[in-house]
Amino acid sequence: MTVEDEIEIMGQRLNRKIKGLFGRSLSIREVDAGSCNACEVEVNALSNPIYDLERFGIHIVASPRHADMLLVTGPVTRNMELALLKTYNATPEPKLVVAMGSCACNGGIFGETYASSGGVDRFMPVDVYIPGCPPRPQAVIFGLMVAVDKIEQKIRKLEVKA
Amino acid sequence: MSEELIETIKKEFRSDILDEIVSNNEHYLTVNKDAAVHICDYLYHTLNFPLILIFATDERAKERTKDGCFKIHYVFSCKSDLFIIIKIKVEEKSPGFPTLTHKIPAANWYEREIQDMFGLVPVGHPDPRRLIHFEDWPAGLYPLRKDFDIRTKPPRVKGEYIYRRVEGEGVYEIPVGPVHAGVIEPGHFRFSVAGEPILNLEIRHFYTHKGVEKSFESMSLDKAVFLAERISGDNSAAHAVAFCQAVEKIAGVDIPPRAKYIRTILLELERLYNHFGDIAGIATDVAYPFGAAHANKLKEQVMQLNEKVTGSRLLRGMNAIGGVRRDIGDKKEMILKELDSLQKDFMELMELLISSPSVADRIETTGRISNEIAKGLHVVGPAGRASGIDNDIRRDHPYAAYHKLDFKVPVIKAGDVNARTNVRAYEVYESLSLIKLALSGLPGSEIRTKIKKIPDGCALGYTESPRGEIFYWVHISNGRIERCKVRDPSFCNWLAIEYAVLDNIVPDFPIINKSLSLSYSGNDM
Repeated sequence: MTVEDEIEIMGQRLNRKIKGLFGRSLSIREVDAGSCNACEVEVNALSNPIYDLERFGIHIVASPRHADMLLVTGPVTRNMELALLKTYNATPEPKLVVAMGSCACNGGIFGETYASSGGVDRFMPVDVYIPGCPPRPQAVIFGLMVAVDKIEQKIRKLEVKA
Repeated sequence: MSEELIETIKKEFRSDILDEIVSNNEHYLTVNKDAAVHICDYLYHTLNFPLILIFATDERAKERTKDGCFKIHYVFSCKSDLFIIIKIKVEEKSPGFPTLTHKIPAANWYEREIQDMFGLVPVGHPDPRRLIHFEDWPAGLYPLRKDFDIRTKPPRVKGEYIYRRVEGEGVYEIPVGPVHAGVIEPGHFRFSVAGEPILNLEIRHFYTHKGVEKSFESMSLDKAVFLAERISGDNSAAHAVAFCQAVEKIAGVDIPPRAKYIRTILLELERLYNHFGDIAGIATDVAYPFGAAHANKLKEQVMQLNEKVTGSRLLRGMNAIGGVRRDIGDKKEMILKELDSLQKDFMELMELLISSPSVADRIETTGRISNEIAKGLHVVGPAGRASGIDNDIRRDHPYAAYHKLDFKVPVIKAGDVNARTNVRAYEVYESLSLIKLALSGLPGSEIRTKIKKIPDGCALGYTESPRGEIFYWVHISNGRIERCKVRDPSFCNWLAIEYAVLDNIVPDFPIINKSLSLSYSGNDM
């Protein structure tokens, strides 16, 4: 199976879920909390003509205020901690946090040092972890699928409360 | 020639030279602290050797010997494949050392880095603000000192960072970042503008500082290769090879010729996908999405090829100390076929880009870096070569298989975004031809030399990454890394953007930034 076929199958499934849930696109804000840029290379690859995630209803937005989901990379450095928290607080509820890459999951090779805090879940609840250094684009799409299932549960909970 | 050169320097400064060590192509001269500026000035201005690196080491532990102090190293790159390293000693009791920034502007960030990480003070520095630590970092804590524990979590203190202010009628500031609108790394830009033209830009980085150099000191050598690969994500192969070469030099090992050729192929594959990506970025930022899609497709093609050849889209895990982990000889036909298709498509893309007036209008004369500025700041890589700086480590200090392969180094004088785009385009053709040459000449069958024990010592390792020269200075003691200084090309090139944007309009900033292709993580580490 070619990469294009894989993406087509996963993308269509993801698209059906997103449409059913939102009736519009899923909006993602990517935050680099100190990554080495490899994860950004792969997130950017998702927008190239081979993957072209936009056609499946996934939209990468410029502001956290427009986002349903934060896609966080990097081990969260001391110097990025505040900016990450501000971005999190600016994202409206119900929101999802996806930790992408080994560093975001648990600090990765940078671990815990005077300058690196060792993972996104030290600062905010993380809904989905996508391991890999960096994860392949296919793995990111799979992670997004898991995340969409989770947001369905979150919306239901909010509705029950209301 | 190199002996004559050293003799000339020694004759000139005989009374100030305290000690001399020669190892491989590195010539270490320990000199009087007070004479350092004078000697460096002589090497730089009279002999025309670029200053490529300044770093410090903490050797206070050798207290009982005469060497119990900090040392600062100034590395100069000479012609005829030689490096001259001027060393000075700095006592803990009097932590000042004379600043070199007035004479050589390229020394600016190195000296501030040493101030933050070692607590040594560059006396008379024109901009003594903190560089790496933010205002909330407590005073008196210096991470690269040996008595600083890597797991320390210093409390946040109150402090203020003072930006340069531009005042006048109608002048206002635009703060941008650290979290940007696009999917890019974090950094802060502060523009002072009047109307649209930029009067001043101040960059503030080190948001992604992870303590990499300190981490090296607590890592085994094999694991350290993986850390080197993760300093700047899209330059993984170049960083890994530079680190491995430094260690191999200390071990005195000549790796198998086949491994050298395979490394060359990996490094050129890395250059290909990076250059395609940069050209795509420039096309995006001048609102030419068709060209951008085309270039991004080429980048993806190379990344998929990388995965088929090495198992990693970013060429990770291939390099090891002593050679490479996997042979790629059986993939030769596949790679050659892919290269032909890339070459054909890239030629079509460049014809489109060059013949489009809307592209030319945005990139010609935009973001100009004069040769004088580029030389003063030691701008490296394609950005330097687009400003008339004829430097390429592959040719000047050959490593891997480059001395056996024929290639040209394009140099353009214009210094604008157009020149930087064209330098990259020429380099793409050179890379394609280099990979073909290396594949057709793959020698031998061994791919890795087993290294049993690595003796104590220090050495420089270097590569020409897609962004420019990467330097590693590794010091090994008792089989462990005592100090590993890393210099990514972006550490040199970031300051050039403050000059490149002057008198340009704010909407052209993204193009200028993209054309310089700067790494944040490689810079901040």
